[in-house]
Amino acid sequence: MKFGIMINEGPYTHQSTDTAYQFVKAALAKGHQIHRVFFYHDGVNNATRLTEPPQDDRNIVNRWSKLAEENGIDLVVCVAAALRRGILEENLAKGFRISGLGQLVESGIQADRLVVFGD
Amino acid sequence: MTESTGGIEVEEETAGRVKKFMFVNRKAPYGTIYALEGLEVVLISAAFDQDVSLAFVDDGVYELVKGQATKGIDVKNFSPTYRALEGYDIEKLYVDAESLKARGLTEENLIVPVEVLSNEEMADLMAGQDVVISF
Repeated sequence: MKFGIMINEGPYTHQSTDTAYQFVKAALAKGHQIHRVFFYHDGVNNATRLTEPPQDDRNIVNRWSKLAEENGIDLVVCVAAALRRGILEENLAKGFRISGLGQLVESGIQADRLVVFGD
Repeated sequence: MTESTGGIEVEEETAGRVKKFMFVNRKAPYGTIYALEGLEVVLISAAFDQDVSLAFVDDGVYELVKGQATKGIDVKNFSPTYRALEGYDIEKLYVDAESLKARGLTEENLIVPVEVLSNEEMADLMAGQDVVISF
């Protein structure tokens, strides 16, 4: 099955991006495809390369970058939501790209299921 | 159009596919950004010629209340945008009856024409959708 993923909360404060990550990993392990991961609302904060969590904690941002690199996953950050929160090309982590909301709607159309992670 | 749609040539990428999209609004219009940014997704979806509907449940019914006055909190009153949805051919607005009642509201308190549904009717409607995005 082809999944589209939407993440609506930022890292660490909310668990939704962790849950989404586990979901994506599990889906890939089962042979499913990930059409796209779309970051919206505070979810855009998952895309900044400036985060530095304590060493004994998971690095949520790097984890997404690594997963994207290894599996060719399209990580898209909403431009309007990103600009509002200071997420710019210059501080974007590896593997993420900034684009418009149409990328989310398109994912809803192209994927078999669009799964939303948020509050 | 390609800028607002994220560089997507709508007709090429969707190949004429029409899916049923429902946007579920659950939050009060102010206090968090979910309602405002949610509405931005709704407006973009109109460019993709999909079968779009909106549901308002829980505090989401407050998004449609008449007479929103936001000067005191220095936040833009975006409620007139709901009236503009008709111009985007988004005319299916459903409101949960219990949520209205629990907040002492009636259809007359709302800024746009809506269809008021019971829990059961709302659940049936949701079950029939291809894509459900909640804010």
